[in-house]
Amino acid sequence: MPEDWQQGGFGLYIHWPFCLSKCPYCDFNSHVAAEIDQQKWAQAYVSEIGRIAAETGSKPLKSVFFGGGTPSLMLPETVEAILSKVRECWTLSNDIEITLEANPTSVEASRFAGYKDAGVNRVSIGIQALNDPDLRRLGRLHTVAEARAAFDTATNLFDRINFDLIYARQDQTLPEWRAELTEALNMAADHLSLYQLTIESGTAFGTRHAAGGLHGLPQEDLAADMYELTQELTAAAGFEAYEISNHAKSGSQSRHNLIYWHAGDYAGIGPGAHGRLTLDGVRYATECPKSPQSWLESVLKTGNGELPRQAQSANERADEYLMMGLRVTDGIDLLRYENLAGKQIKYNSINMLSNYDLVTLQDNRLIATPQGRPVLNAIIKELLAE
Amino acid sequence: MTDLSKIRNFSIVAHIDHGKSTLADRLIQETGTVKERDMQAQLLDTMDIERERGITIKANTVRIDYKADDGETYILNLIDTPGHVDFAYEVSRSMRAVEGSLLVVDSSQGVEAQTLANVYHAIEADHEIVPVLNKIDLPASEPDRVAEQIEDVIGIDATGAILVSAKTGEGIHETLEAIVNELPAPKGDRDAPLKAMLVDSWYDAYLGVIVLVRIIDGVLKKGDRIRMMHTNATYPVDRIGVFRPQMEQIDELGPGEIGFLTASIKQVRDTRVGDTITHEKKGCAEALPGFKPAQPVVFCGLFPVDNAEFEDLREAISKLSLNDASFSSEMETSAALGFGFRCGFLGLLHLEVIRDRLEREYDIDLITTAPSVIYHVYLRDGSMMELHNPADMPDMSLVDHLEEPRIKATILVPDEYLGDVLKLCQDRRGIQIDLTYAGSRAMVVYDLPLNEVVFDFYDRLKSVTKGYASFDYTIEDYREDRLVKMSILVNEEPVDALSTMVHQDRAEARGRAMVEKLKDLIPRHMFKIPIQAAIGGRVIARETLSAMRKDVTAKCYGGDATRKKKLLEKQKKGKKKMRQFGRVEIPQSAFISALKMDD
Repeated sequence: MPEDWQQGGFGLYIHWPFCLSKCPYCDFNSHVAAEIDQQKWAQAYVSEIGRIAAETGSKPLKSVFFGGGTPSLMLPETVEAILSKVRECWTLSNDIEITLEANPTSVEASRFAGYKDAGVNRVSIGIQALNDPDLRRLGRLHTVAEARAAFDTATNLFDRINFDLIYARQDQTLPEWRAELTEALNMAADHLSLYQLTIESGTAFGTRHAAGGLHGLPQEDLAADMYELTQELTAAAGFEAYEISNHAKSGSQSRHNLIYWHAGDYAGIGPGAHGRLTLDGVRYATECPKSPQSWLESVLKTGNGELPRQAQSANERADEYLMMGLRVTDGIDLLRYENLAGKQIKYNSINMLSNYDLVTLQDNRLIATPQGRPVLNAIIKELLAE
Repeated sequence: MTDLSKIRNFSIVAHIDHGKSTLADRLIQETGTVKERDMQAQLLDTMDIERERGITIKANTVRIDYKADDGETYILNLIDTPGHVDFAYEVSRSMRAVEGSLLVVDSSQGVEAQTLANVYHAIEADHEIVPVLNKIDLPASEPDRVAEQIEDVIGIDATGAILVSAKTGEGIHETLEAIVNELPAPKGDRDAPLKAMLVDSWYDAYLGVIVLVRIIDGVLKKGDRIRMMHTNATYPVDRIGVFRPQMEQIDELGPGEIGFLTASIKQVRDTRVGDTITHEKKGCAEALPGFKPAQPVVFCGLFPVDNAEFEDLREAISKLSLNDASFSSEMETSAALGFGFRCGFLGLLHLEVIRDRLEREYDIDLITTAPSVIYHVYLRDGSMMELHNPADMPDMSLVDHLEEPRIKATILVPDEYLGDVLKLCQDRRGIQIDLTYAGSRAMVVYDLPLNEVVFDFYDRLKSVTKGYASFDYTIEDYREDRLVKMSILVNEEPVDALSTMVHQDRAEARGRAMVEKLKDLIPRHMFKIPIQAAIGGRVIARETLSAMRKDVTAKCYGGDATRKKKLLEKQKKGKKKMRQFGRVEIPQSAFISALKMDD
């Protein structure tokens, strides 16, 4: 019998924790460092890949994702060293997706060709906005002109390109977003990540917001209108909304991210990286120390950059599948859910939610409807196994 | 035993903030009763709430030895009375225990409504009254104008008014001399059977109930067996003493003296303010006149925010009841709020004080339902029921008519705000009884339904007059009016805790205001929620709370999964703190906010 994780497949996440500067909205594990010894870092990643592969080498690898931080600050040689080791350790699937996140400055774009030579076949560019004042407000170091140039460079090198935009920004109006998104869709390649600005605690925006600052953020109704408009425009342009914030042309969905949303297995390597590994039938949640220095030292001195692993309980696995799986348009398989949870899903809640037209059942899959997707948190809270 | 001619008993009558407690502090300090280093502001207000709000809730007393200019040493007994209308009965009893009053008026403010109410208690008790114009150090002080106002409004001679600054100490000596020379000495017969008035009582964790007494006739000694004439209970007296202001034990209290006794009394409930204390054997024949048992007039439900704290609340309420005979409570169940208590209070201040003490001293978060008065519901079968809780209102088809309590409200207000005050009173179904002027201040007297006052009348009055109005009231009588029970339905489910009694003519406006407010107070749900106000089966106002439109995490990838799930779990837990009505969750804060009317 196939193991549960196989329904999502197996991928590798590499976290590069450094940025040139911190963006005020970002709550990812990122650090600004004066000097980085890339050789040492490459050595650490290679060592960790060896360690993880010893446990997971039998799983065919569907994807590698360089996230951050700002992975486009990595030297192509660093990426090359990592990917060589990856090729040595796992059987790669024929259509392996190797994505690297990049910021669209000219310096970073100049490395794109090197990344391609190292094996990267997809880039994800953090454009974030198509007007300069908003880019400055978001703390970005690039201009729209630079972003467009970087995007052109990428287009010449890669078949598959994503770029990110953030909307529901301060003082943004619905017509402004319509114009900006239309412009974005005209330049888009095959994939778009469109995120509503979220104020996270522990970020600069979070602090300002808590202190009563950061005015002009859209209220619920405007935010909902923007979300709806986003669905409408992307669909008309042939970009399917296959996940809450992700839109792709047919066949161009991010295979890596689908591993998360389909609750597959993934190895997480690098400071603060998380992973999920099924070993001998037990699924573990793995986590690495957040501080770049502790992680590096731990790897180089002890040969292990991981914190103690936690085995996931039945409820944890089921809830995670629910929370991740309902984000994508194919939803969750109830039989799979019940196998994980060891019990039935809450059918009373499902009946209630489907009465309000927020979820639907199709071929024993539970799917959030277009009305349900913008209120998915409320749906999940209703269904959590707790 | 003190010579009657060397005793002076007095109280201080003042409006809130006119400096009563500061003046008392000064008198105590000037006579050296309390050493300088033990002085703290508002010595006599012992509760935190009293100090914070600048009000006196319990009567307190202090015995001061004063060597007067005539060379004689006098004993001055000051009873510091509660100044608030809620405690009118307690004030009237304290007044009966003394022979004179200092009428303290802020010379920069003038006479206020509370001054009036309390000075009338003093006049009723036949007091000699010495006017004191306080705060003469303030630039805005106008002693001549205020003296004239005292004569106009109160009708007592203010030519000899003493000019005082309790703050600087000016006029304090003159005040002490006036107490000795102008106030009468008490009368009393040492050889007559013991007759003493129970002025106030409170609970002390070590000594049990402490009873403040004024001896009228006879002598009270340690070891005597006493009888409370109204409750008929008897006790052996353990201790006798006076307050300086800390307790000091003495052997006996004679006629004219004020002091305390303890007698192993376990509950304050067993000691009724105004009761007459005499000896068990050879007692006096007649009790003092004017005794009244405490009567709560305002009721509300108190529920623990966390239902698990119900037992704590029960215990806290029973402890507070030990110390407050005027506070009543019985268990109540609400579909909305779970288990709690329906409590009766002397008035709104009393309600707030009790609620504050429960929350502060016992650390219990409370939901307070809308304050309500006692309605008399006359049923078609000829019987009458007292309605303490709108939720208990019988079906209208069984009801013949309703009566509600009315009050006589006295409001003093600078004339530029008069129009707003009249409008407020009219809006609250008031009937004007009188309108007079005293200088630039108007005095209006209104007949008002108490139920229109218990909510937020005082808040509204303060707001429309920028705090310049003063307000006092007495309960008058019960009168018939067209009253109905207004229910609130959320998602078609009645929410009992939000039911109120309203006048028919005001029902629609109230209902509209209420549903509009609730629409903002209830968070959006996954479905739209009708919010309705209804009288019987008839909906008089309706709002619809739209369904939630946006609640989704924008970014959720492998690294976020654990954290995002914890966040959702936390939010889900937070929802449990809301009250569930069918499928709708209503935050606790909504219950209180919804009932405050902004007009």
